[in-house]
Amino acid sequence: MIFVTVGAQMSFDRLVGWVDTWAIEADRHDVVAQIGPSNLSPKRLQVLPFLDPPEFRRTMEAADIIISHAGMGTILTALELGKPIVVVPRLGSLSETRNDHQVASSERFAADGLLLVARSEAELALRLRELASGLAPRARISARADETLLARIRIFVDGGTRTPR
Amino acid sequence: MSRSERLEFLQSPSEPAPGAPRAARKRIRKVLAVASGGGHWVQLRRVIPALDGHSVTYLTINPTYRTDVPDAKVYIVNDATRWDRIGSLRMALRILWVVVCERPDVVLTTGAAPGYFAILFGRLVGARTIWLDSIANVEHVSMSGQMVRRHANLWLTQWPHLARPGGPEFAGRVF
Repeated sequence: MIFVTVGAQMSFDRLVGWVDTWAIEADRHDVVAQIGPSNLSPKRLQVLPFLDPPEFRRTMEAADIIISHAGMGTILTALELGKPIVVVPRLGSLSETRNDHQVASSERFAADGLLLVARSEAELALRLRELASGLAPRARISARADETLLARIRIFVDGGTRTPR
Repeated sequence: MSRSERLEFLQSPSEPAPGAPRAARKRIRKVLAVASGGGHWVQLRRVIPALDGHSVTYLTINPTYRTDVPDAKVYIVNDATRWDRIGSLRMALRILWVVVCERPDVVLTTGAAPGYFAILFGRLVGARTIWLDSIANVEHVSMSGQMVRRHANLWLTQWPHLARPGGPEFAGRVF
């Protein structure tokens, strides 16, 4: 099963349209999608309603591949579960989000081998082919932050030092 | 001794009696942990292990997130961006109410707008405050992170190349 998600806050019809077309061309009937507040009626994708966190996690667990906007909630959850993930960054210029922060962060994560990035419909099809042939990165992260970060916060909460200004 | 160091000294807990068991020395803090939706919430949950032994109350925007922290007290506020003036005002008043009721010792937030207000109001009731900027902000600290810099006692970025003296501090990432 392939799980497509655009997060709960904003629609991302560009991505949903691309995956719908791909699913028809690739003759895939096992693609489910959380498309956010959107009026789109995909031809092939099975649209899911809003999922609460446990449902979202269960759907991620059941999926073989995640296709997503470059939202950190989805990326971190996919990495926790060790699922291969292809992200399409939302663009500020298309009003898909406020600015291009998703472009910068997805490039960084891709450079670290944590995920695949697609910026165009053709690139998305290419990435999905790479995944099918087992070329995808399969990173897995633990469920908690760096110990150094936890220690810094712990020390501060216990009464320790501030950021020097 | 700088002004902030003097305040630090004034706020530090009194020493326990000599010979008191070590466990008793750690004071339990009331922490208000704040995040808006999606990645902000997921990142907050990843730093919560740092609060083991303290009393944590949550403030977020989506009631379904309660399922992630079933045993904790969770306040819900409306979500709003800074361009939505009425929504922002409603959010700010609700957060002011929560902060006044809870009187936390520490406010910890991963953003965005609710975290900004929680830090602002937290300082009014004497809380010490932590801003952990989202890992999504690779090129610069987020706008709400910039707005909160004067009010956050611990001001963290997750990217070492954004850390600088007098600016945000890097101590590690959420993974």
